[in-house]
Amino acid sequence: MAYADDAEHEELHEPTSFISKYVWSQDHKVIAIQYSLIAIFVGLVALVLSAMMRMQIGFPESIDMDSTEYYQAMTMHGMIMVIYLLTALFLGGFGNYLIPLMVGARDMVFPFVNMLSVWFYLLSVLVLLASFFVPGGPTGAGWTLYPPQAITQGTPGAEWGIILMLVSLIIFIVAATMGGLNYVTTVLQARTHGMTMFRMPLTVWGIFVATILALLAFPALFVSGIMMLLDTTIGTSFFMPDMFSPNQGTALDYTGGSPILFQHLFWFFGHPEVYIVALPAFGLVSDLISVHARRSIFGYRMMVWAIVVIGVLSFVVWAHHMYVSGMNPYFGFFFAVTTLVIAVPTALKVYNWLLTLWRGNIHLTVPMLFSLAFIVTFLVGGLTGLFLGNVVVDIPLSDTYFVVAHFHMVMGVAPVLVVFGSIYHWYPKITGRMLHDGIGKLHFWITFLGTYLIYFPMHYLGFLGMPRRYYAWEGYQVINPESAQSLNAFITVMAIIVGISQLLFLFNMVYSYFKGKPSGGNPWKATSLEWLTPETPPKHGNWGPSLPVVHRWAYDYGVPGAALDYTPQTTSGEEVPIHESDHNE
Amino acid sequence: MGNFAPAKTTRTEVLIEDWASDKDAFKNVSWGKAMMWIFLLSDTFIFSCFLVGYMSVRMTTAEIWPNSSEVFALTIMGEHIPLILIAIMTFVLITSSGTMAMAVNCGYRNQRKQAAILMLVTAGFGLCFVGMQAFEWSKLIEEGVRPWGNPMGAPQFGAIFFMVTGFHGFHVSIGVIYLIIVAFKVLRGDYEERGYEIVEITGLYWHFVDLVWVFIFAFFYLW
Repeated sequence: MAYADDAEHEELHEPTSFISKYVWSQDHKVIAIQYSLIAIFVGLVALVLSAMMRMQIGFPESIDMDSTEYYQAMTMHGMIMVIYLLTALFLGGFGNYLIPLMVGARDMVFPFVNMLSVWFYLLSVLVLLASFFVPGGPTGAGWTLYPPQAITQGTPGAEWGIILMLVSLIIFIVAATMGGLNYVTTVLQARTHGMTMFRMPLTVWGIFVATILALLAFPALFVSGIMMLLDTTIGTSFFMPDMFSPNQGTALDYTGGSPILFQHLFWFFGHPEVYIVALPAFGLVSDLISVHARRSIFGYRMMVWAIVVIGVLSFVVWAHHMYVSGMNPYFGFFFAVTTLVIAVPTALKVYNWLLTLWRGNIHLTVPMLFSLAFIVTFLVGGLTGLFLGNVVVDIPLSDTYFVVAHFHMVMGVAPVLVVFGSIYHWYPKITGRMLHDGIGKLHFWITFLGTYLIYFPMHYLGFLGMPRRYYAWEGYQVINPESAQSLNAFITVMAIIVGISQLLFLFNMVYSYFKGKPSGGNPWKATSLEWLTPETPPKHGNWGPSLPVVHRWAYDYGVPGAALDYTPQTTSGEEVPIHESDHNE
Repeated sequence: MGNFAPAKTTRTEVLIEDWASDKDAFKNVSWGKAMMWIFLLSDTFIFSCFLVGYMSVRMTTAEIWPNSSEVFALTIMGEHIPLILIAIMTFVLITSSGTMAMAVNCGYRNQRKQAAILMLVTAGFGLCFVGMQAFEWSKLIEEGVRPWGNPMGAPQFGAIFFMVTGFHGFHVSIGVIYLIIVAFKVLRGDYEERGYEIVEITGLYWHFVDLVWVFIFAFFYLW
């Protein structure tokens, strides 16, 4: 324990100049905000790209887009949303801000490495955005970047775009590793007095396990990125079989590579990636639900074990993305089974959220609205996952709009709803001011109903057999009848409305920063440590002269005999009795 | 900690309680050491992916895989000896692990001069290894082996060889620089107050790089 005590007596070097405080900052809170702002910015780029794609599908005559631009927009939209927005925002943004505050640490264990992490992330984003300005534009290979197509002449961006994309991914992985090492070590080794692992809020558990997944899954992307980079630049044949140029019909210089190896490596990263995005969302939403329903989380230990089990299982399901790749059918059997097994801990979490709400004192605040919307959306997206997890059902649905609807529901919309809810929930701690409630509710209803109007019809289009990734439909009346085209136009209108409504959210963030109602330290009357800092927003070092001492778990709401309906984690057993054995079983 | 946790009965429950107790999961393990272990776990996955990729490519490629004991043979003083250079390289690298372990031992005895010297010796062995690797590379390049093809068979042979040994050589080079920096700081007395755990952390990285080489050696040269 000697080492943790060191942290307590360590001198704090408070940064003084503007540069060391806000630019080259080593404070986890500033780094979190830097991460979040970069992620939100690049996410807006991806949002605009999706609006352009929807215009092309819904109203092709209204926008001057050719197939090249469509594929580029699609690729960049997917890659940005999954990696540069959601992964960065959950781990770099929420992870950085909340982990030290929630476990009672003064900062991450290695603040300098943490600072390097955010600057590498910025560099990776700049390299990614630079690909819009190189000859040939960004890559248009689809976000999965499957070779041989991704690096063969004729694919958009095969000259420079794909190189910049791979370099950017490699830099991002370096950034994520430096951050991730910090998050994991901080959770394991830098908790405060009395903060046992099983007293940590579920947010920390979710981000902790997701970060471990990131540290173990990103290597596969790193390796496949390097191999493909070598294939592109110096002409090795890792992923490239003997093939003929699609343009001239001449043989290319590649021989004997294995495209399916790339798919295995990519999805060995790609499936855990889904849970790198989902597990933090699970954790955050558990806390939002508990606080705003004024009720202790139901089955805390089960929730923790479910997160861990999902994390482990996520490494053995990757080939369910490859049922149509031509791999051995016995693989399909194995991976279908593991995929369906994951539904068990996931369903357990959904039941526990519902049982937390059951007979709770539900406050329909904006964070709670987003949390409820998350449960519904995640349930819908998860159920369609059961269709796609079964080989025989997947094969006809593969590469249709049903797949698009499924993954947008389950790992697009659902985590983003949690991001919004969490920002509404923690914004008062970050800035000291409340976000405007009315604008927040308007933003919620447009976003929530709007996304359903976008993605529900897509399931129908998928059943109809409409393939995804087609940029134009003239001459395809068989799969794109009049009715499908009008449905697509409707989806486009809804997408544009939802896209524009996000301006409400941005406006709210800026407006409330200056004009919002002062929040005080603990506006939601929550129990976890981040609400108990001496100052709001927390100062450098978070806790003033001495670290907090934790006596109970983070979910003591409505303890019998207590004066308040919430009992902060720092309240001792003499003041309010501790019923730890109740929730530990 | 005892007054915080409820009584547990079975062995597994006690284990979980201990591990999850407050402050730190690994007692008496510093932040730096914990972080190095976690980094090495992540790096293990990188090398595993490289090696799995190598095995997969070797099995799927249509052309003949060159016979590694012939490709990596050297003729020394008229004797044709297969794998001799690799054997020497492996020996040098494993010896360096020994000097590293001695450095860690000296560090914990607060013999800072001996620790620094042994670390520099380790770095020297590392440089020696990288030098021999450069020799091996140039020999293969002279014989016409390129990342995109070679006269002996499957083009993936050169590609994988240069990529995996290059990535490992990069790790060794980083390790040499890391060792030299830490050795000088040790010699200067920067760690007199904090203690010499840093030598052990550097050693963890170095032993890891050696261990990876054993796998590369086995899968690449002996298969």
